[in-house]
Amino acid sequence: MKFTWFNLMPWPYLPDDFREKNRSVWVDIDQKLFDPAKSHEVYNTYMDLLEYADTLGFDGVGVNEHHQNGYGIMPSPNIIAAGLARRTKDAAIVVLGNSIALYNPPIRVAEEFAMLDCISGGRLVAGFPVGTSMDTNYCYGQIPSLTREKYQEAHDLIIKAWTTREPFAWNGRYNKLRHVNIWPRPIQDAPHPPVHIPGGGSVETYDFCIDNTYSYSYLSFSGYLRAQALMDGYWRRVDERGVDKSPYRAGFAQTILVADTDEEAERLYSEHVSYFYNRCLHVYPGFADAPGYRTIKTIQTGALSQYAPPRGGYTQLTWKELTEQGHVIAGSPETVRQRMEDLIKGLNVGNIFCLMHVGNMPADKCMYSTKLFAEKVMPKLRNMFPDWDDDNRFWTSPLAKRVTSGSLRKEAPTSAELAKTYA
Amino acid sequence: MELKTVATQHVPVRYLEGGSGPDLVFLHGAGGVTVDDPFLKALAEKHHVYAPLIPGYGDSEECGEIRDMLDFTQHGWDVVEALGLKDPILVGHSMGGMIAAEMAASQPNDLSRLALICPAGLWDDDHPVADMFSLMPYEMPQYLFHDAAAGAAILTAGRNVEDPNFLQTYLVTNARQLGMAGRILFPIPERGLAQRMYRIKARTVVVWGDSDRMVPPFYAHGFKKGIAGAELVSIPEAGHMVTVEKTAQVVDAIGRLG
Repeated sequence: MKFTWFNLMPWPYLPDDFREKNRSVWVDIDQKLFDPAKSHEVYNTYMDLLEYADTLGFDGVGVNEHHQNGYGIMPSPNIIAAGLARRTKDAAIVVLGNSIALYNPPIRVAEEFAMLDCISGGRLVAGFPVGTSMDTNYCYGQIPSLTREKYQEAHDLIIKAWTTREPFAWNGRYNKLRHVNIWPRPIQDAPHPPVHIPGGGSVETYDFCIDNTYSYSYLSFSGYLRAQALMDGYWRRVDERGVDKSPYRAGFAQTILVADTDEEAERLYSEHVSYFYNRCLHVYPGFADAPGYRTIKTIQTGALSQYAPPRGGYTQLTWKELTEQGHVIAGSPETVRQRMEDLIKGLNVGNIFCLMHVGNMPADKCMYSTKLFAEKVMPKLRNMFPDWDDDNRFWTSPLAKRVTSGSLRKEAPTSAELAKTYA
Repeated sequence: MELKTVATQHVPVRYLEGGSGPDLVFLHGAGGVTVDDPFLKALAEKHHVYAPLIPGYGDSEECGEIRDMLDFTQHGWDVVEALGLKDPILVGHSMGGMIAAEMAASQPNDLSRLALICPAGLWDDDHPVADMFSLMPYEMPQYLFHDAAAGAAILTAGRNVEDPNFLQTYLVTNARQLGMAGRILFPIPERGLAQRMYRIKARTVVVWGDSDRMVPPFYAHGFKKGIAGAELVSIPEAGHMVTVEKTAQVVDAIGRLG
């Protein structure tokens, strides 16, 4: 199993009456609600928490990209990842990911990911999302019905840039480049860093992952019980295509909160869960799905946008309902272990993106929950798929010998010392 | 009106045809056009009307090859050619007006009469065109009609909005139609017409509803200024769907083109 500690980086100071006074947490969120001075501490605390997860033995630390968004103050995940590449030791740096249709030219992503892989010693997991409609269309102005074509070209260009060992010309529809020759290139070159693709239930994305040996990630906030139908669809497709059913072909994001007892979990965390589901997911429905963004085939399968709230909205959901319906897995280590086991077996997923910071959760509670999970839950879930222990197609292959950042000598050498060293 | 199909280079095109008189090509707006459209019916009383559907509209297929403004413009001329028409009266509403103006600018010697009904295509920061792609269905009437309540009744007539099948069909239709429209309208419905408009030689009438909240009447002046000799017809108590709210007055305005 691979457990990645993930932080969406929500803004923790949305007011109590946020829903009533604002139409959306995303795209046209009120500028006045962001306080740059306060963000200084928020960012550093969030990065500290990611680094803390590395010390507890999580397999990865995860970041993602959103724009103009009150629950994700990370428009450039690569900036956070660069900090993590320096300050973490062993965890994979899971950037899930860069919305590659947004970058012009997309070789910028090939270059930055290569830098991250080099700085981290080969610890990069590269994510290539199409991006939500909010980010891609409404914030970054991409034409909805051309976004996928542009995404596809960006993907093909990045992979070719990573794997070609001589300069080449790229005459694409969206990119015309005479000399593609990225420099640096990634450490992981067999053939390139592992790729994870966040998806929302379209058959085209299933096939894309299967064809390229990429891991399919379902990043949902509605929990594992509601994900069953979608993941079943994915595994059916894997079956139809006649490839193996390695659980590492799939990833799933799940909000997880651990305490000593179920009661303590509710007492400690329910206000933060409520903050997340009621304020952070308050997205104006007009931004959820620009016409043309999703393919006709996907709409016809009846899959609704994951940003379409459940009937009646999250406001109606109590702690009991959110936990029972699996939106959130919370409770004592034993409760969480049982439910995680159900999730992992039920969805057949080897990559878990653990959403362990929720809404406006303060750092101390987050550390408490994270430590309990790492020490009392994670070890018991390690051997869920013994048959696939050797499957490393979807994970990192770091250098065996890596440098430690910040290991310069304390003082600059004297002239005499240099003379001796370089005699 | 009768629904027919004509072959073009990239895609078969569905079009409505009816009436008799001088040939008139009508290019619909982002909302599309249907066989029982009252405006087409009124136009058909004195014209031989052809109303091609943009690929993706109605029951027609989307077209992957039509991506940008030049593609839409040339596709427009391909359709005129395929229908065997020479110098028809060209009428466009909203998005259709934008395409019609681009067609007139790109082949100025092939067109002598042009009617633009609250066309898209220009942009001014102080008078933003509504962000139609993010509007919820219930918000539409107030942007489209002078009389929003009457407009809402027109938009929902014969539809059961609570029916899940209706919702599914609505989403698919929207994705197909507005997906194509978005290629020239998203996120800002401007693709450089302002710098090409000077090429238009056709006698032009510009028609606008005074209460248009989708494409504000402010833009009427831009078109009047940009197209030599253009005549402006402002229609009171009418919104963006001036063709529905004041059908006869719009038909009269087009009649001025002879």
